[in-house]
Amino acid sequence: MTTHTETPPRPQVPKRTEELDEVVIRFAGDSGDGMQLAGMQFTNETAVAGTDLATLPDFPAEIRAPAGTLFGVSGFQVNFSSHDIFTPGDNPDVLVMMNPAALKVNLRDLKPGGIIIADTAEFTENNLKKAGFATSPLEDGSLAKYQVFPVDITQMTLRAVEGLNLNTKVASRCKNFYALGLTSWLFTRPIDPTIRWIEGRFKKTPELVDANIRALKAGYHFGETAEMFAVQYEVKPARLVPGKYRNITGNSATALGFIAAAERAGLPLFLGSYPITPASDVLHEVASYKNFNVYTFQAEDEIAAVGAALGAAYGGAIGICTTSGPGMLLKQEMINLAVMVELPLIIADIQRAGPSTGMPTKTEQADLLMAIYGRASESPVVVLAPATPGECFFMAFEAVRLAAKYMVPVIYMSDGYLANGAEPWKIPKVSELPQIDVQFRTSPEGFQPYLRDPETLARAWVKPGTPGLEHRIGGLAKEDVTGHVSYDPINNEKMVRLRAEKVARVAMDIPRTDVRGDPSGKLLVIGWGSTYGALVEATERVRAQGKSVSHVHLRYLNPLPPDLKEIIRRFERVLVPELNTGQLLKIIRAEYLVDAKGMNKIQGYPFKVGELMQKIQELLEE
Amino acid sequence: MSQAATPMLKLTRKDFMSDQEVRWCPGCGDYAILAQMQKVLPELGIPRDQLVFVSGIGCASRFPYYMNTYGFHTIHGRAPAIATGLKISRPELHVWVVTGDGDGLSIGGNHLIHALRRNVDIKILLFNNRIYGLTKGQYSPTSELGKVTKSTPFGSLDYPINPIEIALGAEATFVARSVDVETKHLQETLRRAHEHKGSAFIEILQNCNVFNDGAWEPITDRATKGDHQLVLEQGKPLVFGKNREKGIRLGKDMNPEIVTLGEGVDTSQLLVHDETNPSMAYILSRLGPQFPTPIGVFRAVKRMTYDEGANAQIESAKKRLGPGDLEAILNRGDTWVVK
Ligand SMILES: Cc1ncc(C[n+]2csc(CCOP(=O)(O)OP(=O)(O)O)c2C)c(N)n1
Ligand code: SF4
Ligand SMILES: [Mg+2]
Repeated sequence: MTTHTETPPRPQVPKRTEELDEVVIRFAGDSGDGMQLAGMQFTNETAVAGTDLATLPDFPAEIRAPAGTLFGVSGFQVNFSSHDIFTPGDNPDVLVMMNPAALKVNLRDLKPGGIIIADTAEFTENNLKKAGFATSPLEDGSLAKYQVFPVDITQMTLRAVEGLNLNTKVASRCKNFYALGLTSWLFTRPIDPTIRWIEGRFKKTPELVDANIRALKAGYHFGETAEMFAVQYEVKPARLVPGKYRNITGNSATALGFIAAAERAGLPLFLGSYPITPASDVLHEVASYKNFNVYTFQAEDEIAAVGAALGAAYGGAIGICTTSGPGMLLKQEMINLAVMVELPLIIADIQRAGPSTGMPTKTEQADLLMAIYGRASESPVVVLAPATPGECFFMAFEAVRLAAKYMVPVIYMSDGYLANGAEPWKIPKVSELPQIDVQFRTSPEGFQPYLRDPETLARAWVKPGTPGLEHRIGGLAKEDVTGHVSYDPINNEKMVRLRAEKVARVAMDIPRTDVRGDPSGKLLVIGWGSTYGALVEATERVRAQGKSVSHVHLRYLNPLPPDLKEIIRRFERVLVPELNTGQLLKIIRAEYLVDAKGMNKIQGYPFKVGELMQKIQELLEE
Repeated sequence: MSQAATPMLKLTRKDFMSDQEVRWCPGCGDYAILAQMQKVLPELGIPRDQLVFVSGIGCASRFPYYMNTYGFHTIHGRAPAIATGLKISRPELHVWVVTGDGDGLSIGGNHLIHALRRNVDIKILLFNNRIYGLTKGQYSPTSELGKVTKSTPFGSLDYPINPIEIALGAEATFVARSVDVETKHLQETLRRAHEHKGSAFIEILQNCNVFNDGAWEPITDRATKGDHQLVLEQGKPLVFGKNREKGIRLGKDMNPEIVTLGEGVDTSQLLVHDETNPSMAYILSRLGPQFPTPIGVFRAVKRMTYDEGANAQIESAKKRLGPGDLEAILNRGDTWVVK
């Protein structure tokens, strides 16, 4: 590693290295402090070092909330381990705190004996007051049960970038990298991935490349030299399935999944969208891949976004739109039309906490019933949900495949936690991805707009511009086969049932349901979406106590897997934990006439493993 | 284009009539508009399969069902959005949008504005009958103040909007007005819209003889139309009147004024129409009630279209970055191998 002459000479302080199995770190500071960035870069470092990991970014909706306030605190939690992990961890082992407000908000979660690194420069009287501390916790002994490392991060950062002619404001913005450097040293994570990232990110402003790298290295070297750090921790690489890996967030995986699917279908991709948290990053990422025959269209609103996507689908492209709850509501009328005209359309709902504007940056799973039922009349669509950030890729791909195969709208339900959360992702080989076989009808021989494939019940996809196949489609009731406008009562019921049957037949494409744990027993836990990690860990731990609990995680919510009924029968009780008031629960109870119980949390945060275990144990003991 | 090699097509009006029975009320102005479209299209030499009519909801919006081309009858107010997605991804198609005063200016006002502002190469026909026809006669955003309808038994309270002003305000590159019964004028205006590259907007004054009969009577009635129509012609002075005896010039206060030709006034003092002059379009769009109603092309200018731009971006990205390499983007960033 190269050293800057600006950093002080390093006396060799003997340091011990302790090996740990799993560490949970939470970075927190003002929303302008760059804590999300520090967290993401730390995640990348530990990913490259080969550990398993899971993350939980947690930030306010305000871009730059007033400095030092409790509501302006932005945090990023990362759990990394030498074994398989599934959640960002219930309680952190380490807090990296950039100000008193951050400490105030996060302290209650820290494990006893945990580490606190705090920027002393920010523990001013004024900031302490804003955070509601009467005296400085760094000095009043209230943190005695923790290991506290007070470091003047601000001052040291300024010193590290001295001589670069930056004004103090710009210079002190580098302190997130100082904190990252120090944390990287403490947990023996390599900083070169971060150096490469800085070089790429600030390519156009060399002085910022220099400043941020200096701050990063200064933090790292401070750990090496400062006597207060006697121990360095090491977390060995995890034994993951062999292969090539990268770190990926759910939104990134979603974007790549859509692009991969359009590529495998050999069709242009049209993404219509209107910016909304936490979905915007999918639009941003897809927009950077124009060379893949990708159209991205930032519409005037969500209605136009889905309308344009449907227009493109009508023209023979893969039409996709991305949104979150409030935008989802606006799209339903267009999805209703897509159901009627039987065109493929993919709608990604990256759910957030509501209702209404709610808590835009927090997670929730409460759009499920809206996705399945929330349209006028009988309006069946396919509904899918990925379970992990990496899985977003495969389910996004699957959404496109099913939409094209069955000529039907598919709603893909991610959420804020999956969207921004990251995990190591085994990179698939393109050749292993299924081919999406789209046949546009070109032959006028015997053509009728609503003739159906006998197996899938899909009607033919016909591109305008195909000679001899001119025809009209629309939202008015259609006569079977001909597609002529028809108000015939019997025909109407027939068409309603045909559209429902077509969606029901998607079940043919659903793989066998995987039961984690024994195939039968006392308690079956059924989950969907982003609760996967917490449910896996909770059920595994309770099972390890010798108890009978199994876990099924649904990726297909409409239609439901055909074997689910049989699986449910083999258990005495069923528990459906969800981040809503019991939406899948209602469906399970109605579909399978089982007295399933719910476990529900609507706080904008994922389940903690501990609370799930408690509920599972309770049910097993009842 | 797949049809480039086909010799000049000999299509007739009949070729553009679909097998569906037309279901507008007898006497409705929509029939005349349909007929002019079916007359103009064969002369354009475009194969039927290259034409797409996209509409919203309303009497007007039933239009696509009667055209033997591709057609998409969508939902209320949203046709411009759907047409935009289609045109961007299939720029070679000829995409027409049919909408009404309620569909296009009430529920769909926003989409109309944005489609025009983007200059997507679609042709938007707004059938303005100043009423909600399909829902049986409620007032619309173009109904006159105080309009008594079933939903406004004591008269409507909102001021009407002027579709031409909306289109100009949205920076549409082609803005015109025509009339259902002015068959030749309407044909010519449709042809001009077709020839225009970019978003074209035509307000077509249309009579709903059931719920708002005679809404445009002064402009359409043989006896009065001379005084009430101002036919715009590029490069020609603004002359009107039964005997073409009146003209419009700019007064000292910069406001337009009506003058009678002869009494010391000749056409050289009149305003000369210029479709490329934004001030001219603006003045014409805002002539007060004492003035005749201009029909014809208010504005026709050239600008890059959205669909051209979108496709050019893809081509330039391919040139700059090479064609998309899926393997490469999946493996982007820091990677590591687990053995
Ligand atoms: C979402 C929605 N709201 C309301 C309606 C009912 N509706 C159908 S047509 C129409 C008004 C149409 O008026 P206009 O666009 O002027 O067309 P016209 O019938 O006069 O040609 C309304 C309100 C609808 N179909 N969809
Ligand atoms: S209601 Fe009016 S606009 Fe509608 S078809 Fe009848 S006459 Fe025409
Ligand atoms: Mg109308």
